[in-house]
Amino acid sequence: MHALLTGVELSYWQVSLLRVLGVLVAVVLPAGGFVYVFLFKMMSFMQSRLGPMEAGPYGSIQLLAEVGKFLQKEDIVPERADRRLFFIAPYIVLASTFLLLVVMPFGPDAYFANLDTGIFLALGLSSVSVIGILIAGWASANKYSLIGGLRAAGQLIAYELPMVLAVVGVVIQAGTLNLQGIVAAQHQGEIFGVDAIGNPFVLTQLVGFLVFLIATQAELTQTPFDMPVAESEIVTGYMTEYSGLRFLLFFIGEFATAGAFAAIAATLFLGGWALPFVDLDDNVMNVVGPLVLFAKMMLVGFLIFWARFTFPRFREDQLQAFAWKFLIPISLVNILATMALKVAF
Amino acid sequence: MPALPKLKLPGLFTGLRITFGELIKTVFPKRGIRTFIPAPSKGAVTVQYPHENESPAPRARGVIALKEENCTVCMLCSRSCPDWCIYIEGHKTKAPPRRPGGKERTVSALDRFDIDYALCMYCGICVEVCPFDALFWSPEYEYSEPRLADLLHDMDRLGEWMQTVPDFEPYEAGSDAKIRKVPR
Repeated sequence: MHALLTGVELSYWQVSLLRVLGVLVAVVLPAGGFVYVFLFKMMSFMQSRLGPMEAGPYGSIQLLAEVGKFLQKEDIVPERADRRLFFIAPYIVLASTFLLLVVMPFGPDAYFANLDTGIFLALGLSSVSVIGILIAGWASANKYSLIGGLRAAGQLIAYELPMVLAVVGVVIQAGTLNLQGIVAAQHQGEIFGVDAIGNPFVLTQLVGFLVFLIATQAELTQTPFDMPVAESEIVTGYMTEYSGLRFLLFFIGEFATAGAFAAIAATLFLGGWALPFVDLDDNVMNVVGPLVLFAKMMLVGFLIFWARFTFPRFREDQLQAFAWKFLIPISLVNILATMALKVAF
Repeated sequence: MPALPKLKLPGLFTGLRITFGELIKTVFPKRGIRTFIPAPSKGAVTVQYPHENESPAPRARGVIALKEENCTVCMLCSRSCPDWCIYIEGHKTKAPPRRPGGKERTVSALDRFDIDYALCMYCGICVEVCPFDALFWSPEYEYSEPRLADLLHDMDRLGEWMQTVPDFEPYEAGSDAKIRKVPR
């Protein structure tokens, strides 16, 4: 981040403050953008209606009104709930979202941490939210919450595997776990000797990309896979007993995680923050890079929410069968094929 | 080994095409050369209510209007109302004879005719049962009140709504029945 302000010497606390502000923007902006553009507007247009129109021009500050509403609400805790765990659960879920963005590269120097095991860390941290959800389901002292929490745990564990296996294909092709390295590999890659647009891995890893998107849909508990919150079966699952601020935290967590996963998908498969024909070390990319990444995130988000608004919910057994008997074998075959081709060329 | 859920791929893609098509139809409604300018407010089928009014079907059951002069205080509507939401009071009075030299007539006059729209369930039995063409359906729908008790609308208010009662529509071709007239 500090290279953004060339020529200005910043002390440690100033850099830290900038990083905190940066991660807040990186979490809240995509979350707000996703909710407004996709949940409010695109969903409405797909149902031939307009969505919120009153708060601000075209309802653009509806989200602030919603936040205000949630903050006013009474914070209810069930009598038999485990109070401490009940309070802490939404923060665990949100924390995993924030941590996901720590390894995210936004430009040549615009990153929070440039780790050699970046994608490994991101995938590991994304599963921390399962613990938060399970805690929420258990601590609520509510049968619907418990069923929802257990469903969420089963689903997230089942879909973590195809997701990781889909990523392995990319890692093999790029030859590195470092996210900056993966971006560079795509930028410097070439398609049959033509290096015009680099080699975004969506072209060579199309199967991996599709598996990753489907697994992401399940990880985010978006609609074809929303059994943990299935409102027609188990009220709202693990969120049943939450209201006010804590519900808002779950809500932000859901869409911020959608943003984070979209960013990971954009980095792994769509070339990340890099632009074709622009040098990777160009200082301009520190400013343009985040915008490029954001645009690609919106593209991935569109795919996620398009599927969400189109398909009805799976049955619980179909969900598990789909992960274990279809997605995982396919991604294993994908890995084998990638390895064979990597060795061959 | 239980069979895999059979993937119905064409159906999945049809679903995606339909939702995307609806999105395009809403954001870019067909209107000649200007089709390419996004205009969701024209493409959406919904109406932004407080700013623009919906136009209900002419025979929509919006509110019940009362033609006071036709009412004979027979109480049929009040008695047939499942919710008991019609309150009627009346008195007998003398009316001038129909023909010169005739006898004075005894008629019933309304003192009170209130309908409590907080109770009314819009079944329309009162309109059906009225033998003297005093009650009519009007498509008017903007009569909500901040207080529940204010939904008890009185004779004058019900009379005002007579202006909004539409004419009866002709029956289907070949019908012998006479078209009823709305008393104006």
